[in-house]
Amino acid sequence: MPLTRLILWRIFLGIVTLFLVSVVVFFATNALPGDPATAILGPRATPQKLAELRLQLGLDRPVVARYGTWIGNFATGDFGQSLAGMNQPVSTVIGRRLYNSALLVILAALVSVPLSMGIGTYTALKRDTKLDGGVTIVTLTLSALPEFVVGIAVILLFSTQLFHWLPPISRLDPYQPITQQLSVFVLPVLTLTLAVLPYIVRMMRASTIEVLESEYISMARLKGVPESLVMRRHAVPNAVVPAIQGTAMQLAWLAGGIVVVEYLFAYPGIGSALVDAVANRDYPVIQALCLIMASVYVFLNLAADILTILITPRLRTGLR
Amino acid sequence: MTPMDTAVQLVPEGPEIPLVAPARRRRREWVSTAKTAWALRRSKIGVILFVVILGIAVFGPFVAPYSPTEFVGKTFEMPNSVARLGTDNLGRDVLTRVLYGGRTVFTLSLTATVVGMALGIVLGMFAAYSRRVVDEVVMRLLDVLMAFPMIVFVLLIVSAVGTKPYLIALAVAVASAPRIARVARGATLEIVGRDFILASEALGVPKWRIMLTELFPNITSPMFVEFGLRLAYSIGTIAALSFLGFGLQPPAADWGLMINENRIGIVIQPYAVAVPVLMIALLTIAVSLMADGLARAIIGIDRKTGVE
Repeated sequence: MPLTRLILWRIFLGIVTLFLVSVVVFFATNALPGDPATAILGPRATPQKLAELRLQLGLDRPVVARYGTWIGNFATGDFGQSLAGMNQPVSTVIGRRLYNSALLVILAALVSVPLSMGIGTYTALKRDTKLDGGVTIVTLTLSALPEFVVGIAVILLFSTQLFHWLPPISRLDPYQPITQQLSVFVLPVLTLTLAVLPYIVRMMRASTIEVLESEYISMARLKGVPESLVMRRHAVPNAVVPAIQGTAMQLAWLAGGIVVVEYLFAYPGIGSALVDAVANRDYPVIQALCLIMASVYVFLNLAADILTILITPRLRTGLR
Repeated sequence: MTPMDTAVQLVPEGPEIPLVAPARRRRREWVSTAKTAWALRRSKIGVILFVVILGIAVFGPFVAPYSPTEFVGKTFEMPNSVARLGTDNLGRDVLTRVLYGGRTVFTLSLTATVVGMALGIVLGMFAAYSRRVVDEVVMRLLDVLMAFPMIVFVLLIVSAVGTKPYLIALAVAVASAPRIARVARGATLEIVGRDFILASEALGVPKWRIMLTELFPNITSPMFVEFGLRLAYSIGTIAALSFLGFGLQPPAADWGLMINENRIGIVIQPYAVAVPVLMIALLTIAVSLMADGLARAIIGIDRKTGVE
């Protein structure tokens, strides 16, 4: 069946991409100019200490052999030992944080995707009105702004003299249930939402406008289908398809966006962990986090491709 | 004598046939594109904003009331007669540091964008012109690099090579190159099969010369738009890196770094954060507006509806 084969081919390509991603991560942290041991210990380290650390990092073995060991361990969930602090296993350092970040990203996605798709559809219906123009200006402006600028604007608005409503930092208390500290999530989620919203709104608006001008919509209207049903049954489902790829891109972007946003709000996730790890030159943690973040992108892209194949009638039938 | 006559006369003389539009006509096209772009309100606002902020960055240090490292008061003072925008985390004058802090933002992001564009255009044109297998392999490999969110990729490079300002600019350049290459490839693919390219090939013009003299002049319009978009991203990324503590190091005056240093005092003295944030925000908006205006002028987006 060609459909299954197409999907399997995409999955195969995804795995190849993941493999190459891991090669990039490993070689960037191992083979680029500069000795990791010197970088970690600083220029004043004694030769003895340097030799010890090189041995601990396995730097005496050839690069390809080290890559083999590393990726093998990685596949079995052993991410190595963190070099900073108490030399904990990397999985202990990032485990809890991974969960926190996932929570943040999922919350942001749950808020931003329906909201922006709704705004996009609505402005397409109200095309060329003042409201449409206003939304276009706001989304254009927002899309130009770096996310930390949006985040600070949000803090200035809601956590300083103006309205002192919400905490400017989002420290999670690990001993309290999440449900009792929901206020912590408001500003980071708002920031991430404002960052991904413009693109999804614009894509959804453009694709809805295109669908509304198609013949099958005119046909549905001519045969007397009520406008709300035209939207629900014909326009929106078809307009969503081209927006899926773009939305997946934006959700994948969230994986990178959390780096700055978590750092800004001091939220204990993998984004702020990456910033700390880079500052401390904690290579095992950097490797694990970069690999995880790039995998999110690969998986979301794959999921979007498969979803598009499955719900696009033309792709389904065109293959036979 | 019109350019057309020249072309006709040169035909019998051999391989030196101007197969693209002659320079004079191309220049006239550029003038008309620039005029169309300038007619759009968004481009006007963008250019004016950009010039104002560039002016602040370039001439600011000459009019600054203090030295950027001079202590003029206590820490986090609100605006007063001594310090017009208050003081920062160490008691330095915020206004002075804002006036000094733009130069690095401009130089680093321009460097990053120019280098990234050069890398990306070469890669993209090479891939598109090589066609088939080479094209496929190059683009697949660039896809792999694009799996990393921009900031993560830059941090990965920074963790390996260090945090010197010029290294940061190069890291941002390398991280933007795959994205630029994709656009350059798309633009090149559109003209690579045209007759004038095939004619040059038939005449035995070397490939690198075709790329330089035939392909490149014909993708300048989309590449100018891409330059604007990339410049806006570079400004954002480099400011974000400074904000994360990986760009300029203290005591340098830099808008991104100022935000990082002063954000602990945001509740007591918001100006030390708000003013540099505003500068970066206005700058990225200005650059995006200019790029958008240019894009509309080139591809003729309907001015009223905004439908592409």
